[in-house]
Amino acid sequence: MADYQLVIIGGGPTGLTAGLYAARARIKTVLLEKGVAGGQVLTTDWIDNYPGFPDGLSGFDLAEKMAKQAARFDLETRSGAEVVSMDLAGPEKKIFFADGSELTSQAVIIATGARPNKLGVPGELELAGKGVSYCATCDGPFYRDLEIAVAGGGNTAIQEAVYLTKFAKKVSVIHRRDELRATKIVQEKAFANDKIEFIWNSVVKEIEGDKEVTGLVLQNKDGRESKLAVQGVFILIGIIPNNEMLPADQLKMNKGFILTDREMRTNLPGVMAAGDIIYKNIRQVVNGAGEGAVAAMAAEHYLAELGS
Amino acid sequence: MAGENLKQLTDSDFDATIGSDTPCLVDFWAPWCGPCKAIGPMVEELAAEYAGKAVIAKMNVDENPATPGKFGIRAIPTLILFKGGNVVDQVTGAVGKTQLVAMLDKAL
Repeated sequence: MADYQLVIIGGGPTGLTAGLYAARARIKTVLLEKGVAGGQVLTTDWIDNYPGFPDGLSGFDLAEKMAKQAARFDLETRSGAEVVSMDLAGPEKKIFFADGSELTSQAVIIATGARPNKLGVPGELELAGKGVSYCATCDGPFYRDLEIAVAGGGNTAIQEAVYLTKFAKKVSVIHRRDELRATKIVQEKAFANDKIEFIWNSVVKEIEGDKEVTGLVLQNKDGRESKLAVQGVFILIGIIPNNEMLPADQLKMNKGFILTDREMRTNLPGVMAAGDIIYKNIRQVVNGAGEGAVAAMAAEHYLAELGS
Repeated sequence: MAGENLKQLTDSDFDATIGSDTPCLVDFWAPWCGPCKAIGPMVEELAAEYAGKAVIAKMNVDENPATPGKFGIRAIPTLILFKGGNVVDQVTGAVGKTQLVAMLDKAL
Protein backbone atom coordinates (compact mmCIF):
# COMPACT_ATOMS: atom_id res chain seq x y z
CA MET A 1 0.00 0.00 0.00
CA ALA A 2 1.47 3.32 -1.10
CA ASP A 3 1.95 6.12 1.44
CA TYR A 4 -0.19 8.52 -0.59
CA GLN A 5 -2.64 8.45 -3.45
CA LEU A 6 -1.07 11.54 -4.95
CA VAL A 7 2.20 13.37 -4.57
CA ILE A 8 2.56 16.86 -6.02
CA ILE A 9 6.14 17.99 -6.51
CA GLY A 10 6.51 21.76 -6.47
CA GLY A 11 4.73 24.49 -4.49
CA GLY A 12 4.34 27.27 -7.04
CA PRO A 13 0.96 28.42 -8.41
CA THR A 14 0.65 25.20 -10.47
CA GLY A 15 1.35 22.82 -7.60
CA LEU A 16 -0.80 24.81 -5.17
CA THR A 17 -3.75 24.78 -7.60
CA ALA A 18 -3.32 21.05 -8.20
CA GLY A 19 -3.24 20.65 -4.42
CA LEU A 20 -6.41 22.68 -3.99
CA TYR A 21 -8.29 20.51 -6.48
CA ALA A 22 -6.88 17.26 -5.09
CA ALA A 23 -7.70 18.23 -1.51
CA ARG A 24 -11.25 19.14 -2.48
CA ALA A 25 -11.56 15.78 -4.26
CA ARG A 26 -10.55 14.15 -0.94
CA ILE A 27 -7.55 12.47 -2.53
CA LYS A 28 -4.89 11.57 0.04
CA THR A 29 -2.30 14.05 -1.17
CA VAL A 30 0.99 15.58 -0.10
CA LEU A 31 2.59 18.59 -1.73
CA LEU A 32 6.38 18.64 -1.61
CA GLU A 33 8.26 21.92 -1.86
CA LYS A 34 12.05 22.06 -1.74
CA GLY A 35 12.18 25.59 -0.39
CA VAL A 36 9.11 27.52 0.61
CA ALA A 37 5.76 27.63 -1.17
CA GLY A 38 5.38 30.23 -3.90
CA GLY A 39 7.89 29.43 -6.58
CA GLN A 40 9.06 31.93 -9.16
CA VAL A 41 6.02 34.16 -8.68
CA LEU A 42 7.57 35.27 -5.37
CA THR A 43 10.16 37.21 -7.34
CA THR A 44 7.54 39.11 -9.35
CA ASP A 45 7.05 42.61 -8.10
CA TRP A 46 3.52 43.10 -9.37
CA ILE A 47 1.02 40.93 -11.24
CA ASP A 48 -1.58 42.77 -13.32
CA ASN A 49 -2.74 39.86 -15.46
CA TYR A 50 -4.07 37.32 -13.00
CA PRO A 51 -7.85 37.68 -13.30
CA GLY A 52 -9.94 38.39 -10.23
CA PHE A 53 -7.59 41.01 -8.83
CA PRO A 54 -8.66 44.23 -10.59
CA ASP A 55 -5.96 46.33 -8.94
CA GLY A 56 -3.22 43.73 -9.38
CA LEU A 57 -1.23 42.31 -6.49
CA SER A 58 2.32 41.35 -5.60
CA GLY A 59 3.67 37.93 -6.48
CA PHE A 60 4.14 37.23 -2.79
CA ASP A 61 0.52 38.08 -1.98
CA LEU A 62 -0.78 35.90 -4.80
CA ALA A 63 1.34 32.93 -3.71
CA GLU A 64 0.30 33.39 -0.09
CA LYS A 65 -3.39 33.54 -1.01
CA MET A 66 -3.07 30.37 -3.08
CA ALA A 67 -1.29 28.55 -0.25
CA LYS A 68 -3.95 29.69 2.24
CA GLN A 69 -6.74 28.56 -0.05
CA ALA A 70 -5.24 25.09 -0.42
CA ALA A 71 -4.64 24.91 3.34
CA ARG A 72 -8.32 25.72 3.96
CA PHE A 73 -9.13 22.35 2.40
CA ASP A 74 -6.47 20.61 4.50
CA LEU A 75 -3.85 20.05 1.83
CA GLU A 76 -0.82 18.43 3.49
CA THR A 77 2.29 20.40 2.57
CA ARG A 78 5.94 19.69 3.32
CA SER A 79 8.35 22.55 2.82
CA GLY A 80 12.08 21.99 2.77
CA ALA A 81 11.41 18.61 1.14
CA GLU A 82 14.05 18.29 -1.52
CA VAL A 83 13.38 15.50 -4.01
CA VAL A 84 16.59 14.20 -5.57
CA SER A 85 15.31 11.34 -7.71
CA MET A 86 12.24 9.29 -8.48
CA ASP A 87 11.17 6.01 -10.01
CA LEU A 88 7.90 6.53 -11.84
CA ALA A 89 7.77 3.52 -14.17
CA GLY A 90 5.77 1.03 -12.08
CA PRO A 91 2.30 1.28 -10.52
CA GLU A 92 3.88 2.38 -7.23
CA LYS A 93 5.77 5.64 -7.74
CA LYS A 94 8.83 6.13 -5.54
CA ILE A 95 10.11 9.54 -4.47
CA PHE A 96 13.59 9.88 -2.94
CA PHE A 97 14.65 12.81 -0.77
CA ALA A 98 17.97 14.54 -0.15
CA ASP A 99 17.96 13.36 3.48
CA GLY A 100 17.84 9.71 2.36
CA SER A 101 14.16 9.13 3.14
CA GLU A 102 11.58 8.10 0.56
CA LEU A 103 7.86 7.87 0.05
CA THR A 104 5.52 6.04 -2.29
CA SER A 105 2.42 7.15 -4.13
CA GLN A 106 -0.06 5.85 -6.66
CA ALA A 107 0.00 9.01 -8.77
CA VAL A 108 2.36 11.95 -9.19
CA ILE A 109 1.98 15.49 -10.48
CA ILE A 110 5.28 17.07 -11.48
CA ALA A 111 5.15 20.84 -11.05
CA THR A 112 8.80 21.56 -10.38
CA GLY A 113 8.78 24.67 -12.55
CA ALA A 114 11.78 26.52 -13.84
CA ARG A 115 14.40 28.98 -12.67
CA PRO A 116 16.07 32.00 -14.25
CA ASN A 117 18.50 31.26 -17.00
CA LYS A 118 22.11 32.32 -16.61
CA LEU A 119 24.13 34.17 -19.21
CA GLY A 120 27.09 31.85 -18.79
CA VAL A 121 29.67 34.61 -19.15
CA PRO A 122 32.82 35.36 -17.15
CA GLY A 123 32.11 37.23 -13.93
CA GLU A 124 28.52 36.09 -13.60
CA LEU A 125 29.02 33.45 -10.91
CA GLU A 126 31.78 35.35 -9.15
CA LEU A 127 29.69 38.51 -8.82
CA ALA A 128 26.29 36.94 -8.06
CA GLY A 129 24.72 38.91 -5.24
CA LYS A 130 27.41 41.58 -5.68
CA GLY A 131 25.78 43.37 -8.56
CA VAL A 132 24.60 40.39 -10.59
CA SER A 133 20.93 39.76 -9.87
CA TYR A 134 18.07 37.63 -11.17
CA CYS A 135 15.31 39.26 -9.11
CA ALA A 136 14.44 42.93 -9.58
CA THR A 137 11.89 43.05 -6.79
CA CYS A 138 14.41 41.60 -4.32
CA ASP A 139 17.41 43.67 -5.21
CA GLY A 140 16.17 46.80 -7.00
CA PRO A 141 16.19 49.06 -3.93
CA PHE A 142 19.95 48.47 -3.49
CA TYR A 143 20.52 50.49 -6.67
CA ARG A 144 19.12 53.86 -5.66
CA ASP A 145 20.56 56.57 -7.94
CA LEU A 146 22.95 54.14 -9.58
CA GLU A 147 23.28 53.12 -13.22
CA ILE A 148 22.34 49.55 -14.02
CA ALA A 149 21.65 47.24 -16.93
CA VAL A 150 18.99 44.68 -17.73
CA ALA A 151 19.82 41.81 -20.08
CA GLY A 152 16.78 40.51 -21.97
CA GLY A 153 13.83 41.61 -24.10
CA GLY A 154 10.88 39.49 -22.97
CA ASN A 155 8.01 40.36 -20.65
CA THR A 156 9.93 39.79 -17.45
CA ALA A 157 12.94 41.79 -18.57
CA ILE A 158 10.98 44.81 -19.78
CA GLN A 159 8.48 44.87 -16.93
CA GLU A 160 11.29 44.70 -14.40
CA ALA A 161 13.33 47.33 -16.28
CA VAL A 162 10.41 49.73 -15.81
CA TYR A 163 10.16 48.74 -12.14
CA LEU A 164 13.90 49.34 -11.65
CA THR A 165 13.57 52.97 -12.81
CA LYS A 166 11.87 53.59 -9.46
CA PHE A 167 15.33 53.29 -7.93
CA ALA A 168 18.05 53.53 -10.55
CA LYS A 169 19.18 56.74 -12.21
CA LYS A 170 19.43 54.97 -15.55
CA VAL A 171 18.53 51.50 -16.83
CA SER A 172 20.18 50.21 -20.00
CA VAL A 173 18.27 47.35 -21.61
CA ILE A 174 20.59 45.08 -23.57
CA HIS A 175 18.76 43.00 -26.11
CA ARG A 176 20.18 40.73 -28.76
CA ARG A 177 17.53 41.62 -31.36
CA ASP A 178 16.29 44.96 -32.72
CA GLU A 179 12.79 44.58 -31.31
CA LEU A 180 11.26 43.38 -28.06
CA ARG A 181 9.31 40.19 -27.47
CA ALA A 182 7.48 41.72 -24.51
CA THR A 183 3.73 42.28 -24.78
CA LYS A 184 2.67 45.64 -26.26
CA ILE A 185 1.41 47.35 -23.09
CA VAL A 186 4.68 46.51 -21.35
CA GLN A 187 6.70 47.82 -24.32
CA GLU A 188 4.73 51.08 -24.40
CA LYS A 189 5.54 51.75 -20.74
CA ALA A 190 9.23 51.10 -21.35
CA PHE A 191 9.47 53.30 -24.46
CA ALA A 192 7.73 56.14 -22.62
CA ASN A 193 10.19 55.97 -19.72
CA ASP A 194 13.07 58.40 -20.20
CA LYS A 195 15.27 56.60 -17.67
CA ILE A 196 15.41 53.55 -19.94
CA GLU A 197 17.91 53.34 -22.76
CA PHE A 198 17.89 50.50 -25.27
CA ILE A 199 21.06 48.90 -26.58
CA TRP A 200 19.87 46.80 -29.53
CA ASN A 201 21.49 43.86 -31.31
CA SER A 202 23.91 43.33 -28.43
CA VAL A 203 24.80 40.69 -25.89
CA VAL A 204 26.72 40.75 -22.62
CA LYS A 205 30.09 39.08 -23.13
CA GLU A 206 31.59 39.64 -19.74
CA ILE A 207 30.72 41.12 -16.37
CA GLU A 208 33.55 43.13 -14.91
CA GLY A 209 34.31 43.91 -11.30
CA ASP A 210 36.45 42.80 -8.44
CA LYS A 211 34.42 42.99 -5.23
CA GLU A 212 31.35 44.28 -7.01
CA VAL A 213 30.12 44.89 -10.53
CA THR A 214 31.74 47.89 -12.21
CA GLY A 215 30.80 47.33 -15.83
CA LEU A 216 29.93 45.11 -18.77
CA VAL A 217 31.64 44.13 -21.96
CA LEU A 218 29.04 44.15 -24.75
CA GLN A 219 29.27 42.66 -28.17
CA ASN A 220 27.26 44.01 -31.08
CA LYS A 221 25.80 41.73 -33.77
CA ASP A 222 28.54 42.87 -36.17
CA GLY A 223 31.20 41.70 -33.68
CA ARG A 224 32.11 45.15 -32.36
CA GLU A 225 32.87 45.23 -28.61
CA SER A 226 32.12 48.09 -26.25
CA LYS A 227 32.11 48.78 -22.55
CA LEU A 228 29.23 49.95 -20.38
CA ALA A 229 29.88 51.24 -16.88
CA VAL A 230 27.16 49.98 -14.51
CA GLN A 231 26.97 49.07 -10.84
CA GLY A 232 24.54 46.23 -11.37
CA VAL A 233 23.11 43.93 -13.99
CA PHE A 234 19.78 42.13 -13.86
CA ILE A 235 19.79 38.97 -15.95
CA LEU A 236 16.27 38.25 -17.15
CA ILE A 237 16.77 36.09 -20.21
CA GLY A 238 14.22 33.36 -19.80
CA ILE A 239 14.19 30.18 -17.80
CA ILE A 240 15.61 26.68 -17.57
CA PRO A 241 13.59 23.69 -16.36
CA ASN A 242 14.01 22.31 -12.84
CA ASN A 243 14.43 18.77 -14.14
CA GLU A 244 17.51 17.46 -12.33
CA MET A 245 15.41 15.17 -10.11
CA LEU A 246 13.35 13.73 -12.98
CA PRO A 247 13.97 10.24 -14.41
CA ALA A 248 15.14 11.19 -17.90
CA ASP A 249 15.22 7.54 -18.95
CA GLN A 250 11.51 7.11 -18.13
CA LEU A 251 9.87 10.44 -18.95
CA LYS A 252 9.48 11.76 -22.47
CA MET A 253 10.95 15.23 -22.67
CA ASN A 254 11.88 17.82 -25.25
CA LYS A 255 14.70 20.29 -24.59
CA GLY A 256 14.50 19.38 -20.92
CA PHE A 257 10.75 20.07 -20.61
CA ILE A 258 8.18 17.29 -20.11
CA LEU A 259 5.85 16.35 -22.94
CA THR A 260 2.18 16.05 -21.96
CA ASP A 261 -1.17 15.60 -23.62
CA ARG A 262 -4.13 17.97 -23.16
CA GLU A 263 -5.04 16.30 -19.86
CA MET A 264 -1.49 16.98 -18.63
CA ARG A 265 -0.67 13.26 -18.74
CA THR A 266 2.91 12.23 -19.46
CA ASN A 267 3.95 9.04 -21.25
CA LEU A 268 3.91 7.25 -17.86
CA PRO A 269 0.58 6.03 -16.45
CA GLY A 270 -0.36 7.92 -13.28
CA VAL A 271 2.22 10.64 -13.86
CA MET A 272 0.99 14.13 -14.78
CA ALA A 273 3.06 17.26 -15.33
CA ALA A 274 1.97 20.90 -15.38
CA GLY A 275 3.23 24.47 -15.26
CA ASP A 276 6.62 25.76 -16.33
CA ILE A 277 8.20 22.30 -16.39
CA ILE A 278 6.17 21.17 -19.41
CA TYR A 279 7.02 21.77 -23.05
CA LYS A 280 4.84 24.69 -24.18
CA ASN A 281 5.00 28.24 -25.48
CA ILE A 282 3.13 30.31 -22.93
CA ARG A 283 4.33 30.46 -19.34
CA GLN A 284 2.00 32.64 -17.32
CA VAL A 285 0.74 32.24 -13.76
CA VAL A 286 -2.80 31.87 -15.05
CA ASN A 287 -2.17 28.94 -17.38
CA GLY A 288 0.17 27.30 -14.89
CA ALA A 289 -2.65 27.35 -12.34
CA GLY A 290 -5.12 26.11 -14.96
CA GLU A 291 -2.86 23.21 -15.86
CA GLY A 292 -2.53 22.35 -12.17
CA ALA A 293 -6.31 21.97 -11.98
CA VAL A 294 -6.39 19.81 -15.13
CA ALA A 295 -3.55 17.63 -13.82
CA ALA A 296 -5.36 17.10 -10.50
CA MET A 297 -8.50 16.02 -12.31
CA ALA A 298 -6.48 13.68 -14.52
CA ALA A 299 -4.99 12.20 -11.33
CA GLU A 300 -8.47 11.82 -9.85
CA HIS A 301 -9.60 10.01 -12.99
CA TYR A 302 -6.53 7.75 -12.96
CA LEU A 303 -7.07 6.83 -9.30
CA ALA A 304 -10.75 6.10 -9.93
CA GLU A 305 -9.81 3.75 -12.78
CA LEU A 306 -7.39 1.98 -10.43
CA GLY A 307 -10.31 1.53 -8.08
CA SER A 308 -8.34 2.93 -5.16
CA MET B 1 4.63 32.71 20.73
CA ALA B 2 6.36 32.43 17.39
CA GLY B 3 9.64 34.22 17.04
CA GLU B 4 10.65 34.51 20.68
CA ASN B 5 13.99 32.85 19.91
CA LEU B 6 14.55 35.00 16.87
CA LYS B 7 16.81 37.99 17.50
CA GLN B 8 16.14 41.26 15.66
CA LEU B 9 19.52 42.88 15.02
CA THR B 10 20.26 46.54 14.41
CA ASP B 11 23.39 48.34 13.23
CA SER B 12 24.20 49.15 16.87
CA ASP B 13 24.08 45.65 18.39
CA PHE B 14 25.31 43.76 15.33
CA ASP B 15 29.05 43.56 16.08
CA ALA B 16 28.55 42.39 19.66
CA THR B 17 26.21 39.60 18.56
CA ILE B 18 28.29 38.17 15.73
CA GLY B 19 31.53 38.52 17.72
CA SER B 20 30.50 35.67 19.99
CA ASP B 21 31.89 32.14 19.64
CA THR B 22 28.34 30.87 19.33
CA PRO B 23 27.50 30.59 15.62
CA CYS B 24 25.12 33.29 14.49
CA LEU B 25 23.03 33.10 11.34
CA VAL B 26 21.80 36.49 10.15
CA ASP B 27 18.95 36.75 7.65
CA PHE B 28 19.22 40.09 5.83
CA TRP B 29 15.74 40.97 4.61
CA ALA B 30 13.30 43.73 3.78
CA PRO B 31 9.52 43.98 3.80
CA TRP B 32 9.37 44.65 0.04
CA CYS B 33 11.08 41.38 -0.86
CA GLY B 34 8.70 38.48 -1.57
CA PRO B 35 11.23 35.66 -1.23
CA CYS B 36 12.43 37.20 2.07
CA LYS B 37 8.91 37.10 3.46
CA ALA B 38 8.45 33.57 2.13
CA ILE B 39 11.46 32.20 4.04
CA GLY B 40 10.51 34.11 7.21
CA PRO B 41 8.54 31.26 8.86
CA MET B 42 11.35 28.81 8.07
CA VAL B 43 13.93 31.08 9.73
CA GLU B 44 11.64 31.27 12.79
CA GLU B 45 11.53 27.47 12.89
CA LEU B 46 15.33 27.36 12.84
CA ALA B 47 15.45 29.85 15.71
CA ALA B 48 13.30 27.53 17.82
CA GLU B 49 15.21 24.39 16.83
CA TYR B 50 18.67 25.89 17.47
CA ALA B 51 17.75 27.72 20.67
CA GLY B 52 20.75 27.52 23.03
CA LYS B 53 23.06 26.17 20.31
CA ALA B 54 23.18 28.99 17.76
CA VAL B 55 21.83 32.50 17.47
CA ILE B 56 19.36 32.97 14.64
CA ALA B 57 18.81 36.62 13.83
CA LYS B 58 17.20 38.89 11.28
CA MET B 59 18.26 42.31 10.11
CA ASN B 60 15.96 44.67 8.25
CA VAL B 61 18.21 46.25 5.60
CA ASP B 62 15.93 49.28 5.18
CA GLU B 63 16.18 50.27 8.83
CA ASN B 64 19.86 49.29 9.15
CA PRO B 65 21.75 50.36 6.05
CA ALA B 66 25.27 50.40 7.53
CA THR B 67 25.78 46.67 8.16
CA PRO B 68 24.54 45.37 4.77
CA GLY B 69 26.77 47.97 3.11
CA LYS B 70 29.76 46.75 5.08
CA PHE B 71 29.24 43.22 3.81
CA GLY B 72 28.56 44.31 0.24
CA ILE B 73 25.04 42.94 0.29
CA ARG B 74 23.26 43.86 -2.94
CA ALA B 75 20.77 41.01 -3.06
CA ILE B 76 18.30 39.67 -0.53
CA PRO B 77 17.48 37.42 1.10
CA THR B 78 21.14 36.94 1.98
CA LEU B 79 21.93 34.73 4.95
CA ILE B 80 25.38 34.96 6.49
CA LEU B 81 26.70 32.59 9.14
CA PHE B 82 29.16 34.22 11.55
CA LYS B 83 31.39 32.70 14.21
CA GLY B 84 33.74 34.73 16.36
CA GLY B 85 33.11 37.76 14.18
CA ASN B 86 34.11 35.99 10.95
CA VAL B 87 31.99 35.05 7.96
CA VAL B 88 31.84 31.24 7.88
CA ASP B 89 29.32 30.79 5.09
CA GLN B 90 26.94 32.85 2.98
CA VAL B 91 23.96 32.13 0.71
CA THR B 92 21.67 34.33 -1.35
CA GLY B 93 18.12 33.55 -2.45
CA ALA B 94 15.15 31.67 -1.06
CA VAL B 95 17.11 28.61 0.01
CA GLY B 96 15.60 25.49 1.52
CA LYS B 97 15.79 24.60 5.18
CA THR B 98 18.02 21.57 4.53
CA GLN B 99 20.75 23.80 3.15
CA LEU B 100 20.64 26.12 6.17
CA VAL B 101 20.56 23.19 8.60
CA ALA B 102 23.66 21.73 6.90
CA MET B 103 25.39 25.13 7.14
CA LEU B 104 24.58 25.45 10.85
CA ASP B 105 25.45 21.88 11.78
CA LYS B 106 28.84 22.19 10.14
CA ALA B 107 29.63 25.26 12.26
CA LEU B 108 28.46 23.79 15.58
